[in-house]
Amino acid sequence: MLPLISAGASGLIFGIGLTVSGMVNPAKVKNFLDLAGDWDPSLAFVMLGAISVTLPGYRLLRKSQSPWFTSKFQWPTRQDIDSPLIVGAVFFGVGWALSGLCPGPAMAALPSAIPGVLGFVLTLGVGATIAHHQKRLKDLVEKNASP
Amino acid sequence: MSTEFTPWLSFFGGVLIGLAALILMAAHGRIAGISGILSGWLTRTDSSTPINTAFLVGLVLGLPLTALLSSQPISIENDTPFIGMLMAGLFVGYGTVHGSGCTSGHGVCGISRLSARSMVATATFMSTAIVFTFIVRHVFGA
Repeated sequence: MLPLISAGASGLIFGIGLTVSGMVNPAKVKNFLDLAGDWDPSLAFVMLGAISVTLPGYRLLRKSQSPWFTSKFQWPTRQDIDSPLIVGAVFFGVGWALSGLCPGPAMAALPSAIPGVLGFVLTLGVGATIAHHQKRLKDLVEKNASP
Repeated sequence: MSTEFTPWLSFFGGVLIGLAALILMAAHGRIAGISGILSGWLTRTDSSTPINTAFLVGLVLGLPLTALLSSQPISIENDTPFIGMLMAGLFVGYGTVHGSGCTSGHGVCGISRLSARSMVATATFMSTAIVFTFIVRHVFGA
């Protein structure tokens, strides 16, 4: 039970943070991205606030042996800058600017039941599933191609 | 539509997001990247589906709980037409999984790990979004 409670609490605090910071409001994100317009720098303060906790916090956690409820930390290990990283980020940037939503705020804003938000989350799932299967297919082809 | 610059509330909200990310790493050894958690949950690829489910349930409950506790109204203003929102969702879903992360996974967690990959990804989606916004709002005047 404790593992589930801790994961739920993490999600809940994340959702409260997104709401309090104003990031659930697409207009606020769009105005952050509009440097030449009615610029609202709030989003930069959200990132600053978050990084000021995670940067020192991750450093401390790196020194501990294992997480509370599982055997090992899943720190990402990849370091290569490959084309999917860039292509994916460009796709994301266009969709983010068009809607003012990224995955976290979109999920957090679901209970508002605003049609645009509901539609966004629906196609978000479709797009994520397409990319997932494309990746799987590519891995499969590469595996068969190598001797 | 114009929005009010909220440095303190936004910084405080950011601190909460950072705390949430620390809890997920300390408890489950996981990066708090929403696109990764969401796609892992949708495609049932990783072994921690119950953990993902619990996290996502909590995430969805954050706004209603804040609304309940706060006297301030929570504004969600969307002026993008419905068809635009559908296209945007597709782009964000595809892009974040293809590019292995979004604002949380790359922008917050990755930068905090000083990952070059995440810094490049964050710079790319930020600059793409800023250029796209400039073209739409100031070249086409939408």
